[in-house]
Order: sequence, then C-alpha cells, then structure tokens
Amino acid sequence: MAKITVENLTKIFGNHPEKALTLMDQGVSKDEILMKTGQAVGIKDVSFEIEEGETFVVMGLSGSGKSTLIRCLNRLIEPTRGKIFVGDNEVTSMNDNELRLFRRNKQAMVFQQFALFPHRNILENTAYGLEIQNADSAEKNERAQKALELVGLKGWETRYPEELSGGMQQRVGLARALAVDPEILLMDEAFSALDPLIRREMQDELLDLQQKMNKTIVFITHDLDEALKIGDRVALMKDGEVVQIDPPELILTNPADEYVAKFVEDVDLAKVLTAEGVMIHPKEVAFPKDGPRIALRKMKDKGISSLFVVNRNRQLQGYVTAEDAAKAAERGEKELTGIIQTDSPRVSPDTTLNELFEVSASASIPIAVIDEEKKLLGIIIRGAILSALSKEAV
Amino acid sequence: MFNPLDLIPRIPLGDWIDWFIRWLLFHIGDFTRALAAILRSAIDAFNDGLMAVPPILLILIFSLIAWRMSNRSVALFSFVGLALIYNTQLWGASMETLAMVLLAASLSIIIGIPVGILSARKELVHRIVWPVLDLMQTMPAFVYLIPVVFFFRLGVVPAVMATVIFAMPPVIRLTGLGIQQVPKELVEASEAFGSTEWQKLVKVQMPLALPTIMAGVNQCIMLSLSMVVIAAMIGAGGLGGAVWRAIQRLDIGGGFESGLAVVVVAIVLDRITQRVRKSNSNG
Ligand SMILES: Nc1ncnc2c1ncn2[C@@H]1O[C@H](COP(=O)(O)OP(=O)(O)O)[C@@H](O)[C@H]1O
Ligand SMILES: [Mg+2]
Repeated sequence: MAKITVENLTKIFGNHPEKALTLMDQGVSKDEILMKTGQAVGIKDVSFEIEEGETFVVMGLSGSGKSTLIRCLNRLIEPTRGKIFVGDNEVTSMNDNELRLFRRNKQAMVFQQFALFPHRNILENTAYGLEIQNADSAEKNERAQKALELVGLKGWETRYPEELSGGMQQRVGLARALAVDPEILLMDEAFSALDPLIRREMQDELLDLQQKMNKTIVFITHDLDEALKIGDRVALMKDGEVVQIDPPELILTNPADEYVAKFVEDVDLAKVLTAEGVMIHPKEVAFPKDGPRIALRKMKDKGISSLFVVNRNRQLQGYVTAEDAAKAAERGEKELTGIIQTDSPRVSPDTTLNELFEVSASASIPIAVIDEEKKLLGIIIRGAILSALSKEAV
Repeated sequence: MFNPLDLIPRIPLGDWIDWFIRWLLFHIGDFTRALAAILRSAIDAFNDGLMAVPPILLILIFSLIAWRMSNRSVALFSFVGLALIYNTQLWGASMETLAMVLLAASLSIIIGIPVGILSARKELVHRIVWPVLDLMQTMPAFVYLIPVVFFFRLGVVPAVMATVIFAMPPVIRLTGLGIQQVPKELVEASEAFGSTEWQKLVKVQMPLALPTIMAGVNQCIMLSLSMVVIAAMIGAGGLGGAVWRAIQRLDIGGGFESGLAVVVVAIVLDRITQRVRKSNSNG
C-alpha cells in the first residue's frame, strides 16, 4: 500500500472558505474566486499516492501551490478539505497530541532558506528534533554527530550557522532532518537558494544518500532539470492543481497538456533523456551454442551485419560480426565461442545522452544497454540519439 | 456665531472616571490595602538591603559591574559619580530612589514580559493590549499619580504603582515585537519537528527575541527612574524628594546637586543594562 495518500486536498486561504469552496466546485477560476470572495485558492482538489521509498517531486511555477501542498502534508498549513494518510494513519484527523508525535517520529522537513537556529551551534541545530523529544543527552549527541558525518560536516559541530556557506548550511538542514531518522523527508525547494554548482553537488549527494537510506521523499522544486534528475515521479502543478504525474521521461516525451509541453519545451534534452529512453529492443540475438551458420542466417534475415551474443540468462557475452561468422562457417566450426568479440561499448540504462554521444562516436556497432547483472536490456543504434533529440526538441 | 457643537450638552467624562474610581475603591479596598502592604515591605527590603552595604563597597561593586558590562571609562565615571553623590550627602536619597526603581522595573518586567508574549501569540490579546499601550504611553506621566493616590494615599507605594504603569508599556511592546519578528521559517522549523508550544517559546522565540526584549527592559528602567523622580510630588522621597524640596525653596545649588545625582544614577543604570542588550545581539 502507498506510503502517502492524498485525497481531494484543497486549501483556501482566508476566513470564509465556504463560499470559495462552492465557487470552486462550480469550476470558477482561482483569480475569479479571489476577486469575488477575497479568498485565495492555495491548492485545489489534489490527489495522488506516493510509494514507500519513492522520490516524489512536485514541480510548478512560483505561486502554483507547491509550498502549500507540502505544508499540508505535516499540517503546518491546515487543509480546508480532503484527506491525507500516511500508511494507515489519517493525518488530517489527528488531534494536537497525535500530530505532534507524527511530526516527531514520521517526518522531517528541510527548508528553502535553511531555517537554522542562529543562536544554536551546528550540533545543537542538528540535535533539535531529538532534543524536543527529550532524548537521552549522550544518545542525542551521538545521533546528531552521525547525521553530520553523513552530510560531510564532521568537525563543524561547535560553529554557528552564520559561519557556514549556504551549501554547508543546507547540509546542516538536511542533517537536522536525518538525525530524527524520519520515514518521510519533506524538502521545500531545499536547493533553490544555492548557486548552480553547489546545487548540482547537493542533488548528487541526495541521490547518493537516498540509495543508502531509501526514505520516502517529497521534493519541491520550480526547476525542471532538478525535477527530472531527482524524481522517480514528477507531479506538475499549475494554479493549485496537479496537471500531470508521471516518471520524468514520460513528462518529457508525453506532456499531458499545453502547459506541461510549454514547461518542458526548453529543457536541455541531452541532459535529461537517458539510454533507457532511446534504446530499442534488439531484433535478434545469438547464443554461444548457435553455430555460425545459424548466426549468419539470423543476420541475413534481419539485414544486419552484427549480432549480440547472450547466454541463457540473457547476460551479454559479446558480439559476432557477419564476416567472422562466414569464416568460421568455412572452417566448419560448430560453435560461436571462438569468434565472440567483447570490446563492444556497454552502458547502463541511466546514462545520459550527452555521455552516449561520446560513446557512440567511436563505436562501429550498436551500443549495448545492460543492467547491473549484465543482462542485455536493449541496444542503441547510431542515429537514434540524434533523431531522439531532434524529435523531442520540436 | 452659531456653533452646532454647542447644542451638545457637556459630557461629564471626568465625573464618570471619578465615579468609576470610587466604585473600584469601595469594592477592592481590601485588595489594595493588602497590595500596599506587600509593596511597602518589598520596598523596605530593597532599601534596607542597599543601605546595609557600606557605601564604598557598593560604589566599588557598581563600578566593577560597569567595567564588566561596558568599559573602563564608564567604570571610572561610575566610581567618581557615585562618590560625588556620597560626598554631597545624597547617598541615602539615591538608594531610596534606586530601591524604588529596582522594584518598579522588576514588577514591570515580571508582568510585562508574559503580557508581551501573550500579545504576540494571540491576535485577540494583541488587539486589546496595543491600543491600551498607546493610551498609556501618550498620557502625561502626572495623570497616573492621581488615581494611585486615591487607592494608596501618599508615599512610596503609590509612587511605585504609578511607576509600574508608566514603565511597563515598552516591556510589553518590545517583547511582543521581538517575538513577532522571529523569522517565520524558524518558527515553522520548530513546529515541523514537533515542538510543544512551550518548547517553541523557550527554545526558539524567546532566545531570538532577547535583544529586543532587553531593549525594552533598558527603556523600562530609564522610564522608572524618571517616574520615580516625578513621583516625589506624591511623597515618594528619594532623589526626587530632594529636587522637589529644592524647587520649593528656590535652592538653585541644592537642586543642581540633586539633579546631577539623578543624571549619574541614570547613566550608570543605562550603561549597565544597554550592554546586556548588545552582548546578546552579538551572540
Ligand atoms: N498565508 C497565505 N495567505 C493567502 N494566500 C496565500 C498564503 N500562502 C500562500 N498563498 C497563496 O497560495 C498560492 C500558492 O502559494 P505557494 O504554495 O506558496 O506557491 P509556491 O510554493 O508554488 O510558490 C499563491 O497564490 C499564494 O499567493
Ligand atoms: Mg514555495
């Protein structure tokens, strides 16, 4: 079952949301509701599910309701209507006490402007979440220390936030959240205030950490590149509504509407599209036990000049060329084993197109895409990369 | 010329206030008597305490505090100034004044800080308290003397009461302001980690508001001093009493000496409490 379930969540800012709700249900637009009632629609009828261990990115322009949405998840903002579940527990029906326990034990938040406490040193900042749970002092410090090590800030414990650079401050923000070992990490534009280089570094580190921790992450950003890089799935928001929820590639290649298409338009496709997105199924493969003649026939049938060889578990062994196969056939060999070449380029499915360009430039045969177990997932033929780019860039 | 405003009969605003005060006096007489007794003994305790210390020791202590809190020249000034007060035989009067200031300021702070906190957290309290503060701060100081005399007769007790009322507004105001000025994201962060309201207050809001609150405390002490001097008119004694007597006798020299003593006490108190504020804003 889903880790986080959001059902028809609506937030209206203002003292008299009833009228605004009625209008909203009649399909009146956000701007019109604001004009008629003075109530601001923050988010409108949002529903989605987030799986355990998923990195769920919410993206949209400024004012589209991202911060409102993420703050509803831990009720820093009280939703006007709708339900939120974390596991089996309904967050929206918790009383103050239950809510406090939920905030302490299940989730932690990282803020855009870091929100470190200036009067506390780095260790005290990191330990804040544990301190308010009245954790045992030694254990508290140890866990905070561990969290700081995790984000690479060992040795900075007794410094104060103002002594640290922006990137380091946000590491502290991250450490403070990780110290309480939450199941859910809420990150509201956590990297938006950092300059591009540091930002990319932090993204990589988050991906790294996530591999080890496997938390459920809700990550807010207004940056498409960031969304596509980090997200397992991306939700696109516009005027308080979610207009599309899909994995990054689908957002790019299959925008749900004009709005998304516009958003996606000027993204650097080369950076975002991966090997997985442009690979095709191999038309044919050979097995080591196949004789050269069989291999030759397969190639002739498909009109290709080389063939990838896999074993019974579809693990890539190498390739044979038509030329070698013909010679082997003349020599009367019964197996391909002797003529398998292994110097073919291999890439993983998440290799970006930029990297593929370099690989393909020197390759005379298709690029093989393999997974961690060396299983052949697909091949990338020359030109596919360029054509993918030119097609998507239109 | 015909003035339509003249058609409205005079509203007896003053009579109403009189009536209300009398009504209060009748109904809460026991309470005011008890309060007066408590205040009386508190002032005596403060005063006795200050007078029990040999003047030279006290002068040294003040100078040392001034040194710690400020710098050497302020310490030197305190030493010379206080010695001068002793020399002009105004030591006793100064200690009386100091006792009243300390008591009144303590009361203002003890009451003012919680009210300030409340006003920052509860919109309703804010909306009630803020206009009252405006009123309190624009009212001429003398006006407070009349009702307190009604409740507490003449002497030190009504002087302290009037001083508390007069000196409390900046404590409330700056406490409220200080807490409201704590960045929203920091308050959110503290809430997001599951702080209780109390934890949020003592671990985040109060420490961050402290420099502002201390500015209020400093103002409160300075206002207390000025009010305690004015309160000589209702028999508060102390340095104000000395000034008051000099005025009545047209004793220019004596008036100047007492006035100078007030200035010395004011500067010493100001420098000591200002430094607290600065050292906190740096930390
Ligand atoms: N406290 C508030 N009072 C009134 N309107 C608000 C408040 N907070 C946000 N809004 C409105 O809700 C909408 C969504 O805001 P927000 O969630 O902050 O967007 P984002 O984080 O995507 O930039 C905006 O139109 C904003 O003006
Ligand atoms: Mg935002």
